[in-house]
Amino acid sequence: MPNDKIDALLPLPPATFHILIALAREDRHGYAVIQDIEQRTGGELRLSPGTLYRSIQRMLEQGLIRETRERPAPELDDERRRYYRITPFGEDVARAEAQRMSALVKMARAQGLVLSRA
Amino acid sequence: MRLLPALLHLYPASFRADYGREMESIAESRLSDARSAGERFGIWLDTIGDIVASSVAVHWDILKQDLRYTARTLARSPGFALTAVLVTALGVGANTAAFSVADFVLIRPLPYRDSDRLVKIWEAPRDGTNGRNEVSPALFKEWSTNARSFESMGAYYNAAVNLVGTGEPVRLDAAFVTGGLLPILGVSPARGRLINESDIRDGSAVVISRSLWLSRFGADESIIGKRVLVDGSPRVIVGVMPEDFHYPSRRVSIWVPMSPDVINDEDVSNTFWYVLAKLKKNVSHEQARSEMRVIADRSRAVHPAELEEATFAVDRLRDEFSRQSKILLLALCGAAGCVLLIACANLANLLLARALVRRRELVVRSALGAGRERIVRQSITESLVLAIVGGALGVVVAYVSVPLLTRLVPNTLPIAQTPSVDPRIVIFAALITLITGVGFGVLPAWKSAGELELAGLRDGSRAGGGRRERARSILVVAEVMASVVLLISAGLLMRALLRLQDTDPGFRVANVLTLRTELPQPKYDSTNRRVVFYDQVLTSVRAIPGVSSAAYATALPMVMTGGIWRVLKEGEAPAGPAEMASSRFVSPQYFKTLKIPLRKGRDIEEIDDPAHPMAAVVSESFVRKFFGDRDPIGQRFTFRGDLNLTIVGVVGDVRVRGLEQTSEPQVYMSYRQFPDGQGNFYAPKDLVISSTVPPSVLVPAVRRIVERADPEQPISEVRPLSEIVSDATAARSVQVRVLLAFAAVAFILAAIGIHGLLSFSVSSRQHEIGVRMALGAQRGDIMKMVMRQGAILAAAGVIPGLFIAYLAGRSMQSLLAGVEPSDMMTFGAAGALCIVMTMVGTFAPAMRAVRVDPADAFRTEA
Repeated sequence: MPNDKIDALLPLPPATFHILIALAREDRHGYAVIQDIEQRTGGELRLSPGTLYRSIQRMLEQGLIRETRERPAPELDDERRRYYRITPFGEDVARAEAQRMSALVKMARAQGLVLSRA
Repeated sequence: MRLLPALLHLYPASFRADYGREMESIAESRLSDARSAGERFGIWLDTIGDIVASSVAVHWDILKQDLRYTARTLARSPGFALTAVLVTALGVGANTAAFSVADFVLIRPLPYRDSDRLVKIWEAPRDGTNGRNEVSPALFKEWSTNARSFESMGAYYNAAVNLVGTGEPVRLDAAFVTGGLLPILGVSPARGRLINESDIRDGSAVVISRSLWLSRFGADESIIGKRVLVDGSPRVIVGVMPEDFHYPSRRVSIWVPMSPDVINDEDVSNTFWYVLAKLKKNVSHEQARSEMRVIADRSRAVHPAELEEATFAVDRLRDEFSRQSKILLLALCGAAGCVLLIACANLANLLLARALVRRRELVVRSALGAGRERIVRQSITESLVLAIVGGALGVVVAYVSVPLLTRLVPNTLPIAQTPSVDPRIVIFAALITLITGVGFGVLPAWKSAGELELAGLRDGSRAGGGRRERARSILVVAEVMASVVLLISAGLLMRALLRLQDTDPGFRVANVLTLRTELPQPKYDSTNRRVVFYDQVLTSVRAIPGVSSAAYATALPMVMTGGIWRVLKEGEAPAGPAEMASSRFVSPQYFKTLKIPLRKGRDIEEIDDPAHPMAAVVSESFVRKFFGDRDPIGQRFTFRGDLNLTIVGVVGDVRVRGLEQTSEPQVYMSYRQFPDGQGNFYAPKDLVISSTVPPSVLVPAVRRIVERADPEQPISEVRPLSEIVSDATAARSVQVRVLLAFAAVAFILAAIGIHGLLSFSVSSRQHEIGVRMALGAQRGDIMKMVMRQGAILAAAGVIPGLFIAYLAGRSMQSLLAGVEPSDMMTFGAAGALCIVMTMVGTFAPAMRAVRVDPADAFRTEA
């Protein structure tokens, strides 16, 4: 994957990064993405549907995610839902963003800006 | 649950289609998970806030995307972008400028309190013609006691005064006013007070303008109560008017109370006052007019001789400028409207043509999944960008050109010289272009997006259905028509201007210097005293090397148009219609200096003094009118009722009223025989000097001579005579230039229109042309085909255009100075220009058609 294409997207907006994380291990529909993020942040970040879909629309255009036709068993499904899957490019971008952030954290720690875990 | 789908309409349709239903399902899930009514309410609030905020963001995303796309596509066709922007800018600019000036002059209320109730009252001819004459103080007195329609009434006359205050004496334009005049206008002074009735008795107060306060008194804070000399008599400054106050004209900078002698003058024929009055509330102009007609009948019964031909007219102050100025402004607005029409038609044409060219692109985009709404929206963005950039440039054009149009503001109006650009008009013009841009940009896109979803790609690049081309042809025809009308109108006015400039004024213009020394009262009340001054100045001036002759006169031709008095031949009773002639008191050499030819008898001479009978030199038309073929020398007549004159000479006629008006016959009298104590108005004051050197060289020497004759005497109005004559047509030539500029713009736009339509038609008919050529059509045939199309377009526009132009010409006939509205030369020239325009517009597309390779035509089909 061309690196400059990845770099052009960095730093990612927080919502975008969270959505990529939520989709990293499994396909999810929109509401499931919201719930996953809420759960993982201990309720601290709760994306609104408007923000979510605006991000999703842009991420689809950027090729970070795509819609998938695979759906769960009909009894668990709601036909109005759409399911999204991270693309290989999306994984690369998420990885690059994670690296960028950890590098930042490392720098901050070197200056004593990060509290030790003790 | 009805609310949610409605709210989702805030999103663009494409977004709603993609995510609307899922958002609904999320909201439903959240609501069903809620445990209490309070929580449900919170979720509702949340959802609404979210949709509102994020829909704005989504729209913004799309706008950014569309703008980027627009920038890319416009950059790919810079010719189109530039033309569209320039066309819009010209349309908006021309209109904003023209309507700003028109609004300023014709519509905006004058800057006085209740200005719609202010009127001027005049003596006017009874036959209903447009003439307006000044009023005598005696009549004013009758009106102010008898007329019931008016709340208040005031009068003034204009004169120049010498002001001695600080520094050198200066010559100022003054208004001598009655106590009632300034209060009528309802403007409070910036400092001090206005002139009132008690100042008339006291006679010592003056009010000055703010600009005079700044320029002559250095914005002195303690100006009120300051003593000055006005025409030699001591006065006290009692008030300073505010900055934007102009009355009766922009030039007046000092207001002086009239003397009681003037106000109590009993002579009804002594007409020199201007009367301003304010209508009572609830009294209409018509009521006031009819009351004044009744009063006129009564006054005529009392003064049958003086008012024989006169009635009284009541005019709105707003309308106090010539019909000519009004017609010219309306013509200008019409021209601007034409330019806007043409600009809109051109823009529409450009956008329609572009939509057709881009059919394929649109088809591809909709095949790739862009919805109709997205395509239309993209087109709107593009049209808006063009309209906004063009409109903004147009406003710049307007701001630059409005100051150039100041000559169109009649100087009789008491308003500032420079009109400002009115933001309402900017908005109006911008809206029109916006509507054009959006309307014609979106419709084709909408249609294409719809019909082509199915028609698809197989259609090839042949585009331009018959109907649409007809619409575009109509637009081009309208453009041609409007430009023909403008061309002819401008042409007629230009012919009129040339004819006026060719008019012989009756006197010589080159190398004559003029300046004014207005001798103040009461210092120079006696004519003997004046003549000492005149003679000293004239003798010394004639001795300057390079001066060939010099003379004094009451006023220059074209500068003073008044002084029109009644002529009564000896032994004739004052019955029948009054015969008038214009008057001047002059010194010897006046005719020689102005090269007015002496036809018979002799010039005014030094012996024409109070000891001798009053001499008159009259013009040829005077002789024709009063004496026919008889020898006029030695004939006697009474002038103004009190001057008994004997004709001693005959000179050529002079256009005293300017190049455009017909002038009364002229009577010249001796400066030595000017009656004592008659004030300044008709006393000689203008010095004319004819020289063999450029006039400006003489000025310093003349200044020194005047200073030697009277050190307190200022000089004013120093200018060459040629300037006075060219000023007479200056306003008109500016107007003609403006109109010509509009016509040129319209003409170019129409040519662009023809060229655009034909080149589009050729490129969309390439296939057809190719087939024709394959079937044996000659290049000449193809050329002819395209040229014919151009000729038909041009003819369809030119023929009705000629007719409308004739009507337009007739409606401004009063401006044409005798040029016929059907002037063959103008029509011929305009017609020829239109043929040239069509040829130029058609030639390039025709050449392109001829170069079509039949093989290509078939290849595109594959």
